[in-house]
Amino acid sequence: MINRRSTLKSMVLGAVSALAMTAAGMPPAQAQNKELKIGFVGVTSGPAAAWGTSNVRSMQTRAAWINETGGVKIGDATYNVNIVTFDDQKDPKRAIAGMEKMAQEGIHYVVGPNVDDGAAAVRPVAEANGIIYFPYAFPKALYQKPASNAVLGMIANYQSGPAIYKYLKENKGVKTIAFVAANESDPLSQRDSGVEAAKALGLKIVAQNDTYQNDTRDFTPVLTPIVSLKPDLLVLSGVAPANAPLLIRAARELGFEGLISTETAQDAKVLEEGAGEYANGFISVGGASTPEIASDMMKEFVSRYTKMFGEYNDESNTKVYALEYILETLKANPAAINDVGEFKKTMDSFSAPNPYLKGDAKLSYVGTTSFGQKRQLAVPMVVNEYKDGAFHTLFVGTVD
Amino acid sequence: MEQVIANGFYLGAQYALIALGLTLIFALMNVLNFAHGQMYVLGGFISYTVYGQLGLPFVVALLASGVTLAVIGALMEKFLFRTVIKRSLREESTMLLAAATAFFFDAVILLIFGEKQRGVPKIVKGVFNEGGIIMPYDRMVVGVLALVFIAAFVLYMQYSRVGRAMRALAQDRVAAQLMGVQVDRYSMIGFAMGAMLAGIVGGLLVTITGVNSGIGGPISIKAFMMVMIGGAGVVGGAIAGGFILGMMESVGLTVLREYGDVTYLVIFAALMVFLSIRPNGLMGKPWG
Repeated sequence: MINRRSTLKSMVLGAVSALAMTAAGMPPAQAQNKELKIGFVGVTSGPAAAWGTSNVRSMQTRAAWINETGGVKIGDATYNVNIVTFDDQKDPKRAIAGMEKMAQEGIHYVVGPNVDDGAAAVRPVAEANGIIYFPYAFPKALYQKPASNAVLGMIANYQSGPAIYKYLKENKGVKTIAFVAANESDPLSQRDSGVEAAKALGLKIVAQNDTYQNDTRDFTPVLTPIVSLKPDLLVLSGVAPANAPLLIRAARELGFEGLISTETAQDAKVLEEGAGEYANGFISVGGASTPEIASDMMKEFVSRYTKMFGEYNDESNTKVYALEYILETLKANPAAINDVGEFKKTMDSFSAPNPYLKGDAKLSYVGTTSFGQKRQLAVPMVVNEYKDGAFHTLFVGTVD
Repeated sequence: MEQVIANGFYLGAQYALIALGLTLIFALMNVLNFAHGQMYVLGGFISYTVYGQLGLPFVVALLASGVTLAVIGALMEKFLFRTVIKRSLREESTMLLAAATAFFFDAVILLIFGEKQRGVPKIVKGVFNEGGIIMPYDRMVVGVLALVFIAAFVLYMQYSRVGRAMRALAQDRVAAQLMGVQVDRYSMIGFAMGAMLAGIVGGLLVTITGVNSGIGGPISIKAFMMVMIGGAGVVGGAIAGGFILGMMESVGLTVLREYGDVTYLVIFAALMVFLSIRPNGLMGKPWG
């Protein structure tokens, strides 16, 4: 006779059997693996969602790949990588809450935040709780002594800007330059350092005070007065990927014939859809997925990312690196897994092959020139030119 | 200066259309629909999918945006706002509900359409460049379409049976009910029309400005500003508010450009002074 008790018993037995069968189907190494939690605190919603989402998805893609192939061996133990995420909504208060959550979970390595004020806000929490974090924000104070827990995850605009302007001055005859930036801390600070770099190169600055609200949808009124000044180069300082195509399209429709550039990473698909052929010739800073320099591993990463999330984001060309650096540094010094002091010691001498670039490129920590200490990931400074739906490498630079 | 004025008129036309749906819902139900911007975004993504991805004609995309949002608006009114309005004694409950639906739409849109900015091919190519005015033809088409939609809406509200019933509702809900107007039915139609307008303008503007999942909130704020300038619940006020804001933005961004981003600072300061003098906006009370 079937009663409630026997039904429950059958269900429990069924569940246990299913679990046992699942466990039996798993590779032995994976079943015994420990868990390594890596955090992410950044923006994955709102107008700037693209910045953080490309971070998170890069980490999740790489983590899934590592776990699928048996985990990562650090010292004597093998770990499955678990990405713990927190959306700070580009709000510094939430970024602090996110970093506190990471501390409560015992996480020592966190990627993010994505913007200046968030990165500055989490510093006390990270330092008090022994967390190394990898912001995508440029304030030098985060990376200079006495600060020591933040590691810049990308090329800063004050590193790429001078290189781009110099290249364009020497190769494209640029003499006059105009800047336009969103009225927010990151773009404004990027504009200011861009202005300094342009002045140092002897370029004539024809506009530098023009700004816009980050939620602007129609940039024609913003660009009308700038285009009338006919600069050789229009710099979109710190422009968000969502705004870049709109600015480019408005400038071109107003008859602007000069060059347009930015020092932030962009997405080719977004440019193609939003600006079409108007985006041809647009110069931005990217990572390692252009065909000229991408390794087979980079190509597989792009393929796995696309399979996992439906569409690749070119910003991930740079953002693929943070997790790789964390894991490779831990492999180089397993004692750092719970001791960020050990991690910092290792950073000074760390070197490993760069799996995402062709040739013998290395992963290493840099930043001595800009910050006086090695607090920056050596990601390739690939300056791209957009043409007909894809980026093409203009030149590749380095940071020391 | 001709260019600045042309920019202002174009911005004004699109802003006015954005504000119309918001003011209609407010007039009929006294609900500040915080999800208006998100409805605009949804309309934009529907047009993006139908026109940009599936390659169907733009008119079909625009229809799909309008109809989908109208259905969503009707369902929201019937199952959410009507229930809350009937059960709650506090007006703030509808505001909280509207805010909740805004967050809900934000999350759903991000989940379905992703984080990237999206755009579609231009509906008309080429740029008009005569007499010191530069204006892409697609903007001119969108501007004219916006004016046509505004005119059609005003005429519909003025002369149709449904429009008269909704105006009666906006003027005095109880009196309209006593005169035999079916309050529930026309509230639902009004909410659906407001949502449909948001969807249509989102679908229309995706051809110019594209769309991304995070712009709903800022669009709502701009729409509220226009409504406050013109007078909440007044159709003529929303249109006037849209054109005033568009012109202020265009002139400010040119005249004040040397002082950094002070245009919106000046606009907000002017709005505060204006509202302290005319708290009901330019056109005062609900229309009827």
